[in-house]
Amino acid sequence: MTPRIFSPLVLLLVVAFLIGPFFIIVAASLSGGETLAFPPQGFSLKWVVKVFTVESFRESFAVSMFLAIGGTAMALVLGIPASYALSRYKLPFGETIRTIVSLPIIVPGIIVGLALLRYIVVPFGFNITLALFLAHTALVLPYAVRVVSASLNNLRSDIEEAAVLLGSSRAGAFFRVVMPNIRSGILAAFILGFVTSFNQVPVSLFLSGPGVRTLPIDMLSYMEITYDPSVAALSALLAFMSIGIVFLAERFLGFSRYV
Amino acid sequence: MSDASFLSLEKLTLAYGDTVAVKDLDLSIRKGELVAFLGPSGCGKTTTMRSIAGLLTPASGRISLDGVDITRVSANKRSVGLVFQSYALFPHLSVFENVAFGLRLKKMPVSDIETRVTAGLKSVGLSKFATRKPAELSGGQQQRVALARSMVMEPKVLLLDEPLSNLDARLRLEMRTELQRVQKETGVTMIFVTHDQGEALSLADRIVVMLNGAIEQIGTPEDIYNRPVSRFVADFVGFENIFAVEGGKLKAANGPIALSESLPPDTAGLAWRPRMVTLGSGPFQGTVRGASFSGSTREYLLDTPLGAIKAEEDAGLAAHQPGTELSFDLPVAKAARLERFG
Repeated sequence: MTPRIFSPLVLLLVVAFLIGPFFIIVAASLSGGETLAFPPQGFSLKWVVKVFTVESFRESFAVSMFLAIGGTAMALVLGIPASYALSRYKLPFGETIRTIVSLPIIVPGIIVGLALLRYIVVPFGFNITLALFLAHTALVLPYAVRVVSASLNNLRSDIEEAAVLLGSSRAGAFFRVVMPNIRSGILAAFILGFVTSFNQVPVSLFLSGPGVRTLPIDMLSYMEITYDPSVAALSALLAFMSIGIVFLAERFLGFSRYV
Repeated sequence: MSDASFLSLEKLTLAYGDTVAVKDLDLSIRKGELVAFLGPSGCGKTTTMRSIAGLLTPASGRISLDGVDITRVSANKRSVGLVFQSYALFPHLSVFENVAFGLRLKKMPVSDIETRVTAGLKSVGLSKFATRKPAELSGGQQQRVALARSMVMEPKVLLLDEPLSNLDARLRLEMRTELQRVQKETGVTMIFVTHDQGEALSLADRIVVMLNGAIEQIGTPEDIYNRPVSRFVADFVGFENIFAVEGGKLKAANGPIALSESLPPDTAGLAWRPRMVTLGSGPFQGTVRGASFSGSTREYLLDTPLGAIKAEEDAGLAAHQPGTELSFDLPVAKAARLERFG
């Protein structure tokens, strides 16, 4: 085989490997059978419909949405000023701070989850919702800092001085000329954070407790008891939601510039 | 406040951390004057300008404007405008909104803002571009927006950072004319920073030459060009034959040379431009080492016992071939007399 044929073939296999599971899940979710199986037996939308009737899915979806939106928003509230300080001022230990902020990306989620549970949640008696909220904020923070810093570094700092000389206060200059110009970076950080938080398993696994679970954790425990295609249907729905969000982000923001 | 010290800097010392950028600077600027801060990079000219704008707090000293001490007044309350070298337009706002920015902050009535911005854009010839974004304009147009944005605020002092250096030759001439027109029409006091002596000479009423955080010389363009007082300024404005003077004698490479005319006792050096050197007659001898033709003139490099000498003659005269022995003179009457030779 010549490289001309060989390399496109490899590419094709890689793509099939990446996208294949997604098609399998979609196909399995449309099955008419009673158990999770591939190839599907018959065709039916009943499992897709069932997803919306399962009480615990509805509750955990609400929890996941709250964590994804609230945690990401909190991460941005902390991350935007942090990024600003890191990119505008020559801070002592600036590099170290940058590394520490990105630690949750580097350290495996299992360890972060265990550490949070063992040394923070248990000793201080945090309630589960608060613990999950803080954990998700911490997980999303590195993405927020990274993406927002990238936009800030592309923005000249003299426009702030120009705004000040035209009568604005320092803080006013930040809100009037910095924020509007990093808006798409902030939105990109939000989307990335949202998807990261929503799909998060290992940390949530440790922190989920009775009554408060994120959707992926709830899906895991559902599968342990009921092995029907509704989990596949839910997975497919979530995958479509993520694809939809990222597609819109790419379309309107040029998302790939930031990630 | 006298009219002569509309803007005054007294014993101004500026520092970045422990690094002193400007030391004990004293300067008075008249109302309506167009002043250039001229010097090589790192001389403190931009630092001084930033401190006038309020972007840098002096380590010590005093800045007063229009009779008010503004040393501790924050940058947004000084009535000082600054046109940045990079223009620093707000990328997310239209040209109109860029110019309106400061007026909106002043909470001026909307109709007044409209009138002022429209007039401001008209005066820089950009009325047609009001709805464009800065990125859609050329560099020269962006600079005119930046100028209009500062001028609609009616600042007491307008500062410009290297206003001509990012422009091509044709636009440079246009902008120079533009700045002179704005200055004449509004009577605003202008200070601009430049490293280009040509820019300073052609535009300024008065030039402040700076070196190593201190003022070397202050004078009119004619003063600076014809009567530099220090070796640095002489060199900067094109005096290429510079000699120290000690005890009334010229310090040449081959020893002190007595001068035909007596000099004032504070003379530290003498300097000649290449075209001030007389070729073909005089008490000194040299060998032509190199010659270059530049259209209207020919420039020669001579090896002489005094050291290397650069001379210039009209291209109409017969050329001297390299290797030729020539006599020449350094006429003391024409020389610039330097008071400092540091």
